[in-house]
Amino acid sequence: MLSEYFSAVDFLLLKPAILLTIFGIGVMLTDLLLDERQKYFNAVTALVGIGFAAVQMLRIQSQMREAGVSEVEAFRGAIVLDGLGIFFIWLFLISTAITILISFRYLEIENEHHGEYYAILLFATVGMIFLAIGMDLITLFVGLELMVLSIYILAGFLRGDRRSNEAAMKYLLLGAFSSGILLYGMSLLYGMSNSTNLRVIGSALSQRPLGDPLVIMAVVTIAAGLFFKIGAVPFHQWLPDVYEGAPHSVAAFMSVGPKVAAFALLLRLFLVPLGELREQWEPLLIGVAVATMTLGNLAAISQSNIKRMLGYSAISHVGYILLGLVAGNETGLKGIVIYLLVYVFMNLGIFTVVVAMRRRDLVGDEINDMAGLMHKSPVMAILSLIFLLSLAGIPPTAGFLGKYFIFLSLLETGHYTLAVIAVLYVAVAIYYYFRIVVVMFMQPPADQELPSMSLGIRCALGVTAAMTLFMGLYPEPFIQLATGPVLAILR
Amino acid sequence: MVLHDFFFYILAAIILGGGILTITRRNAVHSAIFLVMTLIGVAGLFLHLQAEFLAAVQVFLYVGGITVLFLFVIMLVNLDEAAKQRQFNRQWGLALGCVLLLVAEVGYFLYQGRDSFSFAESSGVLLQNNTQAIAMSLYGDYLLPFEIASLLLLVAIIGAVVMAKKQI
Repeated sequence: MLSEYFSAVDFLLLKPAILLTIFGIGVMLTDLLLDERQKYFNAVTALVGIGFAAVQMLRIQSQMREAGVSEVEAFRGAIVLDGLGIFFIWLFLISTAITILISFRYLEIENEHHGEYYAILLFATVGMIFLAIGMDLITLFVGLELMVLSIYILAGFLRGDRRSNEAAMKYLLLGAFSSGILLYGMSLLYGMSNSTNLRVIGSALSQRPLGDPLVIMAVVTIAAGLFFKIGAVPFHQWLPDVYEGAPHSVAAFMSVGPKVAAFALLLRLFLVPLGELREQWEPLLIGVAVATMTLGNLAAISQSNIKRMLGYSAISHVGYILLGLVAGNETGLKGIVIYLLVYVFMNLGIFTVVVAMRRRDLVGDEINDMAGLMHKSPVMAILSLIFLLSLAGIPPTAGFLGKYFIFLSLLETGHYTLAVIAVLYVAVAIYYYFRIVVVMFMQPPADQELPSMSLGIRCALGVTAAMTLFMGLYPEPFIQLATGPVLAILR
Repeated sequence: MVLHDFFFYILAAIILGGGILTITRRNAVHSAIFLVMTLIGVAGLFLHLQAEFLAAVQVFLYVGGITVLFLFVIMLVNLDEAAKQRQFNRQWGLALGCVLLLVAEVGYFLYQGRDSFSFAESSGVLLQNNTQAIAMSLYGDYLLPFEIASLLLLVAIIGAVVMAKKQI
């Protein structure tokens, strides 16, 4: 016991976040000593920081196993590390590490290779960690703001590029607005329960009469704020624009880390304090999920810019994941967990290919820039094929696994119409994903310049492709892995 | 109690009126002055809730510090060009319609749920320990968010420098 307010357990649970912060500050300090050509050293420092945080997570997990507990509470219930939190923290560490791997060559080409980039990435990861383990409205909100503020800066990191500036500005204005709406809903929750702790709020809400208008308003405003953060229709307009304008590597990061973190927040808020009000938010969620799948899939068809297309495809994936929450049974939650796990690897994989398309004089974000990739770099073309198959959800890749559990849960809970709609949209998705495949394999190369490969991009491609295939071919250990987080939700 | 409500509505009118005037004035200095009005209204609201410390901080920091900074920036930057630009775009009619619809919806729900609102009666005991109560919750129950907020500010500073500097 260090003091009444700060105990040894508090410190232990905070250690991964503290390490990431220290390394973030360290990157900025060592950046001053490095010359222009040694900037890659910043990436190494940041990766070492993530390694330290990962080791610390392993130690926390082994200590929890030794003590025989499945969840630890700290800071008087402000954070709770349970199976779900551990799962999400690992996803964040992995996605940040892969983003760092694909960033340094890209930043060199863009001539914006600064240490601040890596520092802000690490700080964003700290914010995401608090979104995953927070159990208190204020902790969650401050963590959310830390994450999105970092993303605003990263989205505008190419200061000479108008599109990048536009993306940062658009995201900043809309993000601030949606945070305000979310905060309004949170203030209603606080007003009804006189507490910021999610569990206390949950029990206070269950005392209220059914169909209380105040509760409905809190649910709707919180849902609107969260739907903006995950990019669900009708709050999706910012997403394709921001993905298109942001630096390629940042778009890659945004499409996984912060999105998964926003899902962590959504799961926490919908299942802990609002869990008892299922019949009130379920129709809302069904409407949003169907609209999200429809718009995401149909709008992706007509895109010529690959980042925009992947933006719309990310929107459609959000629709599928929300369907898992609509079903809400054990299979559905397992589906969400597996889908998010798979999604991180396959989406980072395809974005790594896009990052590699950035060559000396070519922005490389048009679909036609990929023409003839098969002749220039057969390995990369085949790996992209794997990622695209997985995104479309075709076996034996991992994407199938996520969709399988979501569809199964819909059938188990009797949402047959939803299941049929979801399957139909998979067919649409196959069409637009295969447009890229056709361009890569059938068309002659437009120029002779090879994709820019670096050690980092090679590693990132290897890891993501291996995981995408491995999870599809041998899913058993990953299904086992998902039971821990699911049990934590259901408790 | 009626007087209590009366003051609340007066303050609310000041805050909202100031907010609307802040965004509709063409001259940036006028906007900043109306922002002061809004912020003073919020300070009054804090006083009304018997949070004297917060009210004082609101006046010192926001009205005193931040607005003066705003005015400095406004006077340093040449805003003649901005004053000539159109302030509203063509969608303002549609936007106004949406806002009115939203106001009607929110108003309806709040009216329906008015019985659900219950405010705690303020007790005289809290009055003397206002600052202490804030300190206890800031460094006790909300120690963690307080610490994360420091990291948030660090990121904001870095971001401002990265965005503003021509050559890093």
